[in-house]
Amino acid sequence: MRLQYPSNVKVVRVPCTGKVDLIHLLRSFEKGADGVYVLGCMEGECRFETGNLRARKRVTQAQKILDSIGIGGERVQMYNLSSSEGPRFAEFATEMTQKIREMGPNPIKIALKKKAA
Amino acid sequence: MSLKTPSRLEKILASGQLAVTSECGPPRGSDPEAITRKAEMIRNHVDAINITDNQTSVTRLCSLAACIHLKLMGIEPTLQMVVRDRNRIALQSDILGAASFDIHNILCLSGDHQQFGDCPQGQNVFDIDSMQLIQTVRHMRDEGKFLGGDEITRPPQMFVGAAANPFADPFEIRVPRLAKKVAAGVEFIQTQCIYNLDKFELWMKQARDRGLHEKVYILAGVTPFKSVGMAKYMKNRVPGMDVPDEVVKRMAGVPKEKQPEEGLNICVETIQRLKECEGVRGFHIMAIEWEEKVPEIVERSGLYPRPRD
Amino acid sequence: MIVAKQKPIEEIIETVDPYNRILVVGCNECVTVCEAGGKKEVAVLAASLRMYFMNQGRDIQIDEVTLERQCDREYLEEIRNRMDQYDAVISLACGVGVQFMAETYMRTPVLPGVDTCFLGVTEERGVWTERCQGCGQCILASTGGICPVSRCAKRLFNGPCGGSTKGHCEINKDLVCGWQLIIDRLTELGRLDDYEKIAPIKDWSTERAGGPRKVVREDVI
Repeated sequence: MRLQYPSNVKVVRVPCTGKVDLIHLLRSFEKGADGVYVLGCMEGECRFETGNLRARKRVTQAQKILDSIGIGGERVQMYNLSSSEGPRFAEFATEMTQKIREMGPNPIKIALKKKAA
Repeated sequence: MSLKTPSRLEKILASGQLAVTSECGPPRGSDPEAITRKAEMIRNHVDAINITDNQTSVTRLCSLAACIHLKLMGIEPTLQMVVRDRNRIALQSDILGAASFDIHNILCLSGDHQQFGDCPQGQNVFDIDSMQLIQTVRHMRDEGKFLGGDEITRPPQMFVGAAANPFADPFEIRVPRLAKKVAAGVEFIQTQCIYNLDKFELWMKQARDRGLHEKVYILAGVTPFKSVGMAKYMKNRVPGMDVPDEVVKRMAGVPKEKQPEEGLNICVETIQRLKECEGVRGFHIMAIEWEEKVPEIVERSGLYPRPRD
Repeated sequence: MIVAKQKPIEEIIETVDPYNRILVVGCNECVTVCEAGGKKEVAVLAASLRMYFMNQGRDIQIDEVTLERQCDREYLEEIRNRMDQYDAVISLACGVGVQFMAETYMRTPVLPGVDTCFLGVTEERGVWTERCQGCGQCILASTGGICPVSRCAKRLFNGPCGGSTKGHCEINKDLVCGWQLIIDRLTELGRLDDYEKIAPIKDWSTERAGGPRKVVREDVI
């Protein structure tokens, strides 16, 4: 559809969000990502039946961990949409970017930069 | 039937008369007044007084000490002993302690789980269970030996009792359980307090069918309701208690000031009905925090005066 | 299997705080099955700790390894040549593994990352329940395969107690009454008569009460 979405969003494609494991979410933050969101199919419409449900559980686990170590659980989110909903894709991207901007940069990113300098 | 112990309770039961027992809860402190005062109130209306043993796992003055206080007042005590808090060494030891003061009645119980009480973080013991405690007391009395095999000098002469709950689940094994306790050597039973008379009479019938009523003295437990609130609480919050709706309705059907009287009425009616129940050899009146009403209940039920030695 | 659950991360952070070079060691057996200390859990814990300390401005080295198990010396030996790189180890094995690791590497502090709970089964993914207390004298043949020591809150041998309500234990209405299970099982096996046999007093000397235990097979040593 060639709709605009913020350029700071890097897309990692997976065959099903069920493939996304907890460690993938955490490593992203460990490497300095400011936010991570998982976009899965509508619940009940997963072609592998429960892939997106597992993803949601893992996102919740990640939120808890990120809160407990002081990074902020709000930085990771999950959204559901169907593949035809192009405008919603852009909407989520914008919403997420907005939320992360408000939260500020990932403190890990700052620490990594300091270390490199 | 020749008596096995000097127990007054055994003597009365063996004579064929209906026995009456009651119970007192010890204080949460060391003042014996709290026990002696209650016991004094009811001493002429009962044949023996049970002293509870850290009931509901709430730490109180121990049953053994309270029983000794009663004995020193010339009152016949029944030592309640739970297996939750003491191992077999302590159990046998406390039995000897009681016997050294010529305490002749013991009630062998499991004990409520410590989770209910004031020390839910504590350990529990359950070295032997209540069935095995019955066997132990009988062994100490009749063989004159400790569990370990050694001889006991001056073995305890205890009349052995246990509790039975016709209302706990599963119902199908409640009479087999009674049979088991009889096989273990129990000599008298005090039941959980009765409100569901039909169920109790069914249980008694099943017990009679097996001849158990001739092998053990069964005392029916009764507790008067003070209020409809108490009835509801016991119905909903106390495990193993069966309070039929009609009974709650009856309590609810009278105004608040009249409820204690109604509760006593129900209690007396229960006793009157169960006097006719074959196999019921007496009554165990548990008037929780209402010990002063025990004399009235005993008198109105036609059980006064108590036999004198 | 031995069922354990991971300690809250706050607790782990506190014990690990004095150290700067840490190895997180998992175990591929029981704690993997109960999702407390396997390879995945090691990775998640290590990443979380790294991020936490980075956020605190501390430069901590946290490495990861998962051994087949930590209760056999040959597997613990696999990390011997790298142990001098670390000033502490967090072991996500059960209490057995943590101790064996500590005995094997006496000069390195070994810290537990899980709370070891009981011997049990997987009822369904995410739910584990207790089955065995290791009393040392199994009587399952006479109770229809259901253990009164581990499944009765009062470990009664001649139960149930008077608090059993609708097949559940007086201490928790979600906890099934062990004796109800035994009675149901004996009924199904047509052996309800066994119920009236009085179980003898237990010999607890083979249990914890008798002191730390040992099993030896002379014919195999």
